[in-house]
Amino acid sequence: MSEINLSDAKITNAGQPVVLRLAGITKRFGPLLANDHIDLDLHRGEILALLGENGAGKTTLMNILFGHYVADEGQVLVAPKQGGDLGSLERGSPGAALAAGIGMVHQHFTLAENLSGMENILLGTEPIFRLVRRTGPARRKVEALIADSGLAVDLDIQVSRLMVGEKQRVEILKALYRDARVLVMDEPTAVLTPQESEGLFKTVRALAARGLAVVFISHKLGEVLAVSDRIAVLRGGRKVGEIFTRDADRRVIAEMMVGRDLPASRRTPRDPGAVLLDLDSVAVTGQGTRNSLAAATLSIREGEIVGIAGVSGNGQAALAALVAGLVAPASGTLRLFGEAITRPSPNAFARAGIARIPEDRHHDGVVGAMTVAENIAIEELRGPDFQRHGFLRFAAIRARAEVAIRDYDVRCQGPDAPARLLSGGNIQKLILARVLDRKPRLVLANQPTRGLDVGAQTEVHRRLLAARDGGAGIVLISEDLDELLTLSDRVAVMAGGRLSEARPTETLNRGTLGMMMAGHDEERAA
Amino acid sequence: MEILDILLTANFWEAAIRIASPLIFGVLGALICERAGVLNLGIEGIFTAGAMAGWMAVWLGVDLWTGVLVAALTGAAFGFLHAMLTVPLGLSQHVSGIGVTLLASSLSYFIYRTALPNVSTPPRIEPFRPFEIPFLSDLPFIGSALFSQTAFTYLAFILVAVVAYVLYKTPLGLALRAVGDNPDSVDAQGLSVYGLRIGAVVAGSALMAMGGAFLTMSAFDAFFFGMVNGRGWICIALTVFASWRPGKALAGALLFGAFDAFQVRLQTQVGAFLPSQVFLMLPYFFAIVALVLVARKADYPRALLVPWFKGAR
Amino acid sequence: MIRFEPRQDTPAILSILAPVFAAVAALALAAIPLAFAGAPILESYRLMVQGAFGSLFVFSETLTRTTPLILTGLAAAVAFRARLWNIGGEGQLYAGALAAVAVGTGIIDGPPVVMIPLVLVAGALAGALLMLGPTLLKLKFGADEVVTTLLLNFVMLLFVQMMLEGALQDPMSLGWPQSAPIIDSAALPPLLPRLRVHSGLILGLIAAVAVAILIRRTVWGFEIRAVGENAAAARFAGIPVTATMVRVALISGGLAGLAGVGEVAGLKGYLTSDLSPGFGYAGIVVAMLARLSPLGVVAAALFIAAIFVGADSMSRGTGVASYIADLVVALSLLCVLVGGFVTRYRIRLVGARKAEA
Repeated sequence: MSEINLSDAKITNAGQPVVLRLAGITKRFGPLLANDHIDLDLHRGEILALLGENGAGKTTLMNILFGHYVADEGQVLVAPKQGGDLGSLERGSPGAALAAGIGMVHQHFTLAENLSGMENILLGTEPIFRLVRRTGPARRKVEALIADSGLAVDLDIQVSRLMVGEKQRVEILKALYRDARVLVMDEPTAVLTPQESEGLFKTVRALAARGLAVVFISHKLGEVLAVSDRIAVLRGGRKVGEIFTRDADRRVIAEMMVGRDLPASRRTPRDPGAVLLDLDSVAVTGQGTRNSLAAATLSIREGEIVGIAGVSGNGQAALAALVAGLVAPASGTLRLFGEAITRPSPNAFARAGIARIPEDRHHDGVVGAMTVAENIAIEELRGPDFQRHGFLRFAAIRARAEVAIRDYDVRCQGPDAPARLLSGGNIQKLILARVLDRKPRLVLANQPTRGLDVGAQTEVHRRLLAARDGGAGIVLISEDLDELLTLSDRVAVMAGGRLSEARPTETLNRGTLGMMMAGHDEERAA
Repeated sequence: MEILDILLTANFWEAAIRIASPLIFGVLGALICERAGVLNLGIEGIFTAGAMAGWMAVWLGVDLWTGVLVAALTGAAFGFLHAMLTVPLGLSQHVSGIGVTLLASSLSYFIYRTALPNVSTPPRIEPFRPFEIPFLSDLPFIGSALFSQTAFTYLAFILVAVVAYVLYKTPLGLALRAVGDNPDSVDAQGLSVYGLRIGAVVAGSALMAMGGAFLTMSAFDAFFFGMVNGRGWICIALTVFASWRPGKALAGALLFGAFDAFQVRLQTQVGAFLPSQVFLMLPYFFAIVALVLVARKADYPRALLVPWFKGAR
Repeated sequence: MIRFEPRQDTPAILSILAPVFAAVAALALAAIPLAFAGAPILESYRLMVQGAFGSLFVFSETLTRTTPLILTGLAAAVAFRARLWNIGGEGQLYAGALAAVAVGTGIIDGPPVVMIPLVLVAGALAGALLMLGPTLLKLKFGADEVVTTLLLNFVMLLFVQMMLEGALQDPMSLGWPQSAPIIDSAALPPLLPRLRVHSGLILGLIAAVAVAILIRRTVWGFEIRAVGENAAAARFAGIPVTATMVRVALISGGLAGLAGVGEVAGLKGYLTSDLSPGFGYAGIVVAMLARLSPLGVVAAALFIAAIFVGADSMSRGTGVASYIADLVVALSLLCVLVGGFVTRYRIRLVGARKAEA
């Protein structure tokens, strides 16, 4: 464990006044200490990166700053708009934070999708009981902001019809319209292509140059080094270091963030075997790009991992639903283990030997109110092991759960504990136990490590590689390019509902993938 | 008389509008609640409570408009109860709504029975009289259909415009539409999700109760047991049919009113061949069909039925 | 400031006590309208208890009322488990009663071992079919089943009136809208001589046990619980969500239909359009009071039945309108809803600490 505390080096941003100070912020959720006496200063015109693993307490800290949560201890101090000494901010009031000039761009956008961008910007800025809305001056101000910042977006169409990047621009404009002096951005690149992220960095730097103080929350070291002036590292709810970006050493920071050496997952070369899943010009028609797939061709063979890269919402959901047996192809042929499938069902796919790991493990993965044991048995309910004449065999269900809990190290109070009490990582382990323990021939892993801490991520990677080495074919859908490049034998890219050809990982790098994710065809990208 | 002849009498349209009037209040009320994200199944009971409270206030001696106010306040009180259970406590909107319906109707019947223990025929009040709008009521056909209604009916039409204006032209309406789509959007902009939702349910319930009061103070002149007769539930169906828009709500209520008025007239024409109940069933089927036709593509407010808790993101 | 903190685990004792407290709270709140009506409050409650449990005769009356409430309560409990909002118990009850008189008034005759199962099956089938419609409309068209089942209650009542003035009218009734009497071989036999409590009660108890076993111990029950708690995860895991919903609809409607059979074939002997004083709606309250537990339904049904029977008796003694019973039932529902909140959240009073500048 490296407990280097760089904050002792007394960091000051010469000349620029402090606009925001967090002093001794502490927040508990039941037994969990999410924030442990965190102190942080933010200066005018600087970009401070708040770096940390998932679960390090970054989002909690910012939600306290913005008044969504009330801190158990400590206070938030802000400089008054007209200058002067720092004063404390009213606790638990987003209204007070907004009035003090703090704006926040949440990871999950806080936009009303049934309103236009302009209406979202104006929401809450006028006295609520006024009988008319005066939009003229407001529109001129927003248009000036757009011209200044380059945050181009159509203000008058309904937000539901905007692209993700455009929605993010509306979020930033919301803050700027309220004359924000501090802008907090929570994982802003999670939904962007690498190229879009570059554009965002440019905007953020321009805004900082005009005096805006930016807090940039991320768990990606690379982008933090690229955009920030200063880095504060959180781990396990505590601030473990603070450093100027120009002095930063990548390795030291990575270690500080994780608390130990990053265990690297290694893929050993292996010759793939017979084709397990074969998509031949398969199309899926669904609502929006997210759920549509245009004539995709892909084959997965024994003993290989095929990565599917792409920004979320580009048709991966449709591809995943197809492999999970939830939707039927609208056209084209889907062959599973050599057989053409016309009427798929999740149940038949699971029984045929497909291990399916859903994207949203809380929503689709477990029934929270049911027990761990029941959630492990749920896919095999009608098989011979767990029922006889329609009556459940509790002893068998429990026995299976006890083995699974032990083998997969699912941390819980026991087989009878409700699944909702499990942490995200343990829910994922439960799902792995459910689907991988049956020696599947094909694995669908949809965003299998999203939101997990490093320990759980490593465990998921290890299990997937073990399944591959055991001869299973794996479809790995992920937004994390490092994960894809580490684990996959081949990678295909999804953009706008189209699936590219899967190419050997050795021929690819982040740059080419980024171009392809942005929708450029591979020839030009390569 | 042919079917066409029925549709071409001013008398028919006058009846259609009269039947539609309480539903206009009800659909507007349900629409306001649901736009804010709260389903209010208390509507059937709130109709009953409004009908009883408005009627009783007038029977006890206040004037008609004060009676309407009493009804509205009664509805607001039940709405407040529903709002407290479903908004800050986030309890099941279905169950709470049914509870409010049971409570509001049983309380109304209890109070009515306690105040009038031994009446065989319900006492009558002097209800709203048709108010003929000068000149306009002299117009042929539409004059008697449209401009010879009671002031209570005119109020319903005015409220359609008022609700539409508030919803689409004021900051309050903007916030209301936002809170039913994504409460976080409202919270992040510093407005109170709870305040907006509670306010919407209280206001919507007041309108529902006015719909009930219309029954005892304009359509009829007394309070009967079971007089609401599913009108509240029909309003819930019509709200979906109207895609949560005031203008379409008016159209839906009028369509329903026309259908109901038509059914009554048809009954007198061909009643000899079919039992009267067949005709009485038709409006309920109409509501079910209306719901089924639009349900698949209905643009439900995204946050409808989803409780929101401060700080739980 | 009041803060709500979600509980990790609900203590078992709290889940049992919460409905009991809700019932007591509902009775306590009913003192307000009682006082408003000028009744002596304690005396009223005493009359109520005496009226429901004071003698074998009144207890038999209470059990007679309990019978349909167990069945409509189970109907609601099963449906709500799967998040299928069947609010149409009232209509399904009438459908069951109508089917019972259709086959049980002399069209066919046979020994009781044939006739009794026949009226039961006919009634259950009719109730099940009435619930199938709204469920299919929900599954196919996304039409909210709350509204459709509620509206069908009104349609069904009109249909019953129509049949009682038409095809099923008793020719001996002198024009009165009622059905011919259920023939003796189709009648559910009484349990005790000279008392009205009938073997429908046994049917209800068997149904409660059967539903309890169904929910807890069978694959179907597992699927019902999974679909109700998280339909998306259930679908992903391969559980047939549509089939489960249809199954639940048939079971739920069938149970409510049986309640109707019991009322005509066990109690009244013939069908009129005022057969049910709202047993279908009260079944929702019963289910919620039981926290959707099938065996809890029996206890909750007994409580609600006692309220109805006791309030009738109290009403005769004090002159308080018997609508007080409906009031207590409504208050019970709201109280148990709030009680459920207490079992899920810990309520903390937090001193408002103002951050000092």
